[in-house]
Amino acid sequence: MNKNPEKVILLGHGSGGKLSHDLIRDIFVKYFHNKILSEQTDSACLPGAGEEIAFTTDSYVVDPIFFPGGNIGKLAVCGTVNDLAVSGAIPQYLSASFIIEEGFSMKDLEKIVSTMAEESRKAGVKIVTGDTKVINKGKCDKLFINTSGVGYLSREHHPISAGSKIAPGDKIIVSGSVGDHGVAVLSARENMSFSVNLKSDCASLNKMIWSALNISTGIRFMRDATRGGLATVLCEISETRRLGIEIDEENIPVKSSVQSACEIFGYDPLYMANEGKVVMVVDPADADKVLDTLRQDTLGKQASIIGEITEKHPAKVILKTGIGGRRIVDMLTGEQLPRIC
Amino acid sequence: MKYITEFRSKEIVSRLADQIRYISKRPVRFMEVCGGHTMAIRKFGIPSLLPDNIDLLSGPGCPVCVSSNLFIDKAVAYSRLDDVIITTFGDLIRIPGSTSSLDNEKANGSDVRMVYSTLDALNVARKNPDKKVIFLGIGFETTAPTSAIAILKANAENLENFFLYSSHKVMPPAMEALIDEGVNLNGYIAPGHVSAITGSGIYKLIPDKFGLGCVISGFEPVDLLQSIYMLVRQYETNSPKVEIQYKRVVTPEGNVKAQAIMNEVFELRDDWWRGLGILRNSGFGLRKKYERFDAEKMLDVEVEVTVEPKGCICGEILKGVKKPSDCKLFGEPCSPANPVGACMVSNEGSCHAYYRYNE
Repeated sequence: MNKNPEKVILLGHGSGGKLSHDLIRDIFVKYFHNKILSEQTDSACLPGAGEEIAFTTDSYVVDPIFFPGGNIGKLAVCGTVNDLAVSGAIPQYLSASFIIEEGFSMKDLEKIVSTMAEESRKAGVKIVTGDTKVINKGKCDKLFINTSGVGYLSREHHPISAGSKIAPGDKIIVSGSVGDHGVAVLSARENMSFSVNLKSDCASLNKMIWSALNISTGIRFMRDATRGGLATVLCEISETRRLGIEIDEENIPVKSSVQSACEIFGYDPLYMANEGKVVMVVDPADADKVLDTLRQDTLGKQASIIGEITEKHPAKVILKTGIGGRRIVDMLTGEQLPRIC
Repeated sequence: MKYITEFRSKEIVSRLADQIRYISKRPVRFMEVCGGHTMAIRKFGIPSLLPDNIDLLSGPGCPVCVSSNLFIDKAVAYSRLDDVIITTFGDLIRIPGSTSSLDNEKANGSDVRMVYSTLDALNVARKNPDKKVIFLGIGFETTAPTSAIAILKANAENLENFFLYSSHKVMPPAMEALIDEGVNLNGYIAPGHVSAITGSGIYKLIPDKFGLGCVISGFEPVDLLQSIYMLVRQYETNSPKVEIQYKRVVTPEGNVKAQAIMNEVFELRDDWWRGLGILRNSGFGLRKKYERFDAEKMLDVEVEVTVEPKGCICGEILKGVKKPSDCKLFGEPCSPANPVGACMVSNEGSCHAYYRYNE
């Protein structure tokens, strides 16, 4: 057999972990290279007259498409709204493209689209353009959705998306319990013989984020902790800023149902996906103020300061474990896999 | 009682750590045999809580790591057959064989499916009567009964398209071989879930013949520290014996029903272990009466020449002779994204645990 088999795309390349980062660097950024893209932020910041424009896109391929707490359409709106919001922008307009498998239920499609309409209303955005493609049966899995979004970005918030002002001593805030979405989706898969009383946290965070930005000029960075979970966001921050991060396991909110499901499968909640949680890096002087503001929002009731940026151990994330031990937190290579025993 | 928070109590952990420090006088080396223990020890940062005179080594308890590359190579070869569906626990999918992995074969069109139990694998077989469905049976006495029950069900249903490719192994021969080889050890943290099936009797030779202590441990921080405390106490008082710390799960006689199912389906055979070579009666093969479900007997396939990775010291690491950080390949070029040996891929592999959690 061929000793050097041709490299192919593996599922892990889409997991948001190390393989995804390598793929983006070695293929996409290599060929598309330009100044805006090389920032590699959640939204691209486009120069405009006076105010700037933030621009982002994302594709949604969740399985199953309906899950406790939402469906693929809700995700497609919230995800893109959140990508804009964490860049410090005010989301305005979305596009929506549908890739639909032949034979897909019209009723389900309508349900999904009406959820998208409802969620856009809640988030205060308009879906203003779209596209539809239908693919032969078996050539795609039910329904894929792509949404793009634009929002206004004031100059004072421009540095947020790249986190260029992150400094040692800054506090790290997470807006609520981690891993809810990952476990909720897992529990909805048909081959899973367990059930949890848990809903996906899928939600548009733009209003909560905006109220935090309104009371503080000390928010240095934000990211929504989606695929790859909280751990991946922290690893990304420490790696790109070449700073260390110390977090305290005791202060990271995890629902007991999420914890239990993770124990059974050998997953780590820190790596489980979220769809309604923002991670903020905040000037220590403003941290309590921002925390209070987040907690006043129903989506941020369990917000918590989980750690801080440090000059020690650059590019490493260290977790103080709940029992007082210490260990590093590294980016995942591919998807989390359940253990053998 | 939630069975998680209580066993992760900072106060109890710190009290246990104090007591260990108090009674531990001499340098000791304990081996945690089970990969699940290795992972828990690293994940909770247990070594940072222990005095310097206590050294923890990881042992040959990661099922994938101790299996030969041949196991993956053959699974890869099976997966390339047109009429075969491979069903497996997720952990095996990324393990590199000599030149490929199941992950790679899946991307190239092979039908490789991750299942959460052997009963899911049976379902795949029922739903695909025109395909041969092979389940990759890996693991020790913990998972062997689940493979065995699948065989019994397949037999009862006369399911003709279900096959087991067994790499199941049993733990005690490896634990004894390590001491025989002269690995410097003062006691074993014995596997919790293996013992839940087998009971504690299987370790009898370890104190009786080799004079080493053996404590069957749970997987939470309090479990592990209490087990270490018990081992230190045995060592300092020179009274090696088999003790059960994990009493909420393990009984001396074990799970008799599971043992009976295992015995019905499997027989012991000599098996190859990475780092230890061929050990007598250390693996489970299907008994002749269930031969028709034995992938190796029923499905002929040509397997590439097995190549073990160059420079990889997995074997020495599994024996506890070396630590992952002693390996020249550790970190660069061998990492979870680009693994050279199985120990870097498997969730229970010691290289993976060190890479992921060590400062």
